[in-house]
Amino acid sequence: MSGLRWRIVAAVLVVGLAAVYALPSILPDKGPLSSVFPDKEVNLGLDLKGGINLILGVDMQTAVNNTLERMGEELRAEAREDKIIVLSPQVGSEGKLHFELLTRSKEKALDDLLDNYYADQLRLDSKEPGDRRIRYTVSMTSQYREKLQKMTIDQVLKVIRNRINQFGVTEPDIRRMENNRLQVQLPGLEDAQRAVDLIQQTAHLEFQLVDDEADVDKATKGVVPPGSELAYLQKPQPDGSYTRQPIVLEKNVLLSGEYITDAQVAFDQFNQPYVALSFDRQGARIFERVTGENVHERLAIVLDEKVYSAPTIQEKISGGRASITGQFSMQEAHDLAIVLRAGSLPAPVDILSERSVGASLGQQSIEQGIRSIVVGGILVLLFMVVYYGIGGLITDILLFLNILLIVAVLAGFGATLTLPGIAGIILLIGMAVDASVLIYERIREELRRGLSPRKAVDEGFSRATLTIVDANVTTIVAAVILYQFGTGPIRGFAVTLSIGVLASMFTAIFVCRIFFDLWLRQRKPGSSLNL
Amino acid sequence: MGLRIIKPDTNIDFMGKRVVAMIASILVLALGLGAVIYNGGLNYGIDFAGGINIQVKFARDVEVREISQALRGQGLPEIRVQELGLDRANEYLLRISALDVNAEEMRDRIGTVLSENMTVDSTIQRLEMVGPKVGADLKNKALQALFYAVLFISIYISGRFEQRWMTAGIMAAGLLTGLYVLGLLALPLAYLVLSALLITLGLCWYLRLNYALGAVVALIHDVLITVGIFALLGKEFDLTTVAALLTIIGYSLNDTIIIYDRIRENLRSKNAPPLFQTINRSVNQTLSRTLLTSGTTLMVVLCLIILGGGVIHDFALALLIGILVGTYSSIFVAGSLLLGIGPTPENEPEEEAVQAA
Repeated sequence: MSGLRWRIVAAVLVVGLAAVYALPSILPDKGPLSSVFPDKEVNLGLDLKGGINLILGVDMQTAVNNTLERMGEELRAEAREDKIIVLSPQVGSEGKLHFELLTRSKEKALDDLLDNYYADQLRLDSKEPGDRRIRYTVSMTSQYREKLQKMTIDQVLKVIRNRINQFGVTEPDIRRMENNRLQVQLPGLEDAQRAVDLIQQTAHLEFQLVDDEADVDKATKGVVPPGSELAYLQKPQPDGSYTRQPIVLEKNVLLSGEYITDAQVAFDQFNQPYVALSFDRQGARIFERVTGENVHERLAIVLDEKVYSAPTIQEKISGGRASITGQFSMQEAHDLAIVLRAGSLPAPVDILSERSVGASLGQQSIEQGIRSIVVGGILVLLFMVVYYGIGGLITDILLFLNILLIVAVLAGFGATLTLPGIAGIILLIGMAVDASVLIYERIREELRRGLSPRKAVDEGFSRATLTIVDANVTTIVAAVILYQFGTGPIRGFAVTLSIGVLASMFTAIFVCRIFFDLWLRQRKPGSSLNL
Repeated sequence: MGLRIIKPDTNIDFMGKRVVAMIASILVLALGLGAVIYNGGLNYGIDFAGGINIQVKFARDVEVREISQALRGQGLPEIRVQELGLDRANEYLLRISALDVNAEEMRDRIGTVLSENMTVDSTIQRLEMVGPKVGADLKNKALQALFYAVLFISIYISGRFEQRWMTAGIMAAGLLTGLYVLGLLALPLAYLVLSALLITLGLCWYLRLNYALGAVVALIHDVLITVGIFALLGKEFDLTTVAALLTIIGYSLNDTIIIYDRIRENLRSKNAPPLFQTINRSVNQTLSRTLLTSGTTLMVVLCLIILGGGVIHDFALALLIGILVGTYSSIFVAGSLLLGIGPTPENEPEEEAVQAA
């Protein structure tokens, strides 16, 4: 091979660049150089840093059913304007909307209405004529279902992102996955329970009147007056637990959380935290009307079907402000304010998978990982020198370059180092010598065949190179597949593995050759190659 | 002058021992399969089976029995307790296989029960919960990963290694068609993967992609034996194990390709001895490289097992088994198989000329 000088320049450039990128990760305290060097450090995975990884499933069926229910109410209101009486729109268990037309003579009018307003959204499944009524069954069109699905996921993503941003996690990662799933990563966060509560809360806020005439005892036994429903009022106890007190509410929702513009933690005269709400103009108008019409009645504040409080309305409240009291702890009030500010989830989310690692364990994993790398590495370094002499020394230098390159690429591309990634590096230390070994063994063979050292080195490199490429490409194939099908730490392992294999190919084929050429050059002519 | 482990003129009759090796392989395979059947299937970890793992660290030494007693009769679901790691870190893994339990609730209740019923302070260090849906998905993905790894590798070997990209393409097309047809039958994925593997082997055989066939059989051999030994040891099977298996595939293939490469090279020389001797000679020529690389890799993997801590232990163990088996299989399985079916006839003289020059 010719152009030794240029090859040295190229190698020094690559190694220098790698050093620049690797340095911030290796030396945490950069000192005065920090302005010159890139400050990207290797991104540690959650298993090393500690933190929470959640996979959330969006309950799409509930989102569809809720939408159908709302459409049913809309349809009824719409029909009433055209003097068509539609009875009891209801979503069945099979996810279809059922309703009845009161008078058969209006059949044409109702069909027209469906055609004109709902053709894109609803599809007529069946009409069953009864005595005088006609029973309709409609379902959502697949196009609209898809659109709804997309909108719902977008909305869920937005709401959760808002909540987490306000919660104050550094570098959260929220992304969409296939099958209506979301992945949420919260590095460094220890309190998994609080995070899950915050994310999972639907935060559907409603104001409903308390039905004081209803018999609560009867209601708990299942006899609820029409137009009312049974709910439970949460009463906090001094020890932090809650009791649930039954209460009957009027079904009609007077005002809901969609009009909220802000929610803040405030304190009453006893220094107890509560959540102060502000409504937008329309919300304020509704609230004023509702409170004005129902003075001396009790207004229940219902969040996700739990009644937080049911104060009596003393007077008409204008100005668009309300409050939720409930003897909260500071943290509860804070989290409640966040979810109310960030808005409600359009569909419930289930926690499909959760992985949380305490920061101390992560620290321990790093220490153990690095200790294994150091011990394993030293063993390999010693062995190579003992076995190959100067050649082994060259391999040792190459190994250092390898690790430098891996760290640099990981840092430069912002890839994530995980515990299996560390294992990958350890494995690579073992495997990185493979390329050197292939070359050296080949050179030894050629020397035995009586070739001159220069010839033997030439032959050794050219014959071993093809083998090295073949052998390593298959490892990269495995790594790419690991990346494609793996999640989280496994992906980290795949990335480390491929970077490591590429780095070891570069050092073995390119850099190693430079060392050999230099070695051959300064060797006395006629002496043997001590390999 | 450096050291030598293998003397240059070493000539061990590896192929002469192929029957013994075959019997050994079949024996280990049967043992592993027996363990799998005896256990009623693979021992899936929570990644695939779903459930909750909670890792607890105690302030000082405790017995597994103490922890079990503390947890018993608390209205908690069936919890298995096992010690983690080798370094006496007082870390224990609590495993709940019940599916419909809430992770947050469990964290709370286990924390309370442990602090109330034990005198030792404890902290929950890690919690992992995988729901059944995600578990099933992960299992499917893992199977797919193993399958595609084998598929792409056999295509790569046939193409790059035998210079028969066209034939490799035909095989890929045949396999994908076969998969499409099988897909119409709506079989469970496990059967699909199994059939796909059989089709791959059949196609390799039919198209005389003999190197690929040998390599793939060796790969399947390694994966099955590692899985079998894992089953024998009662180890759990999770995503990290699959990662280890894929690494083993890559590693074992390294070895196989290097030996095949040498066989091919030796067969090309003008007065090549019969196949039996050529394979033996090739294995011997590459033996010192095989032992060195396996040796250094084993060195670091052993460090990983001893110093790496509990979390990485099983992963490292799988690697250890895989590297041992992979080294063995590239000599005895891949080598013997090639002896049985014969190498793919060479049909690219230009390539040779370039290489020989």
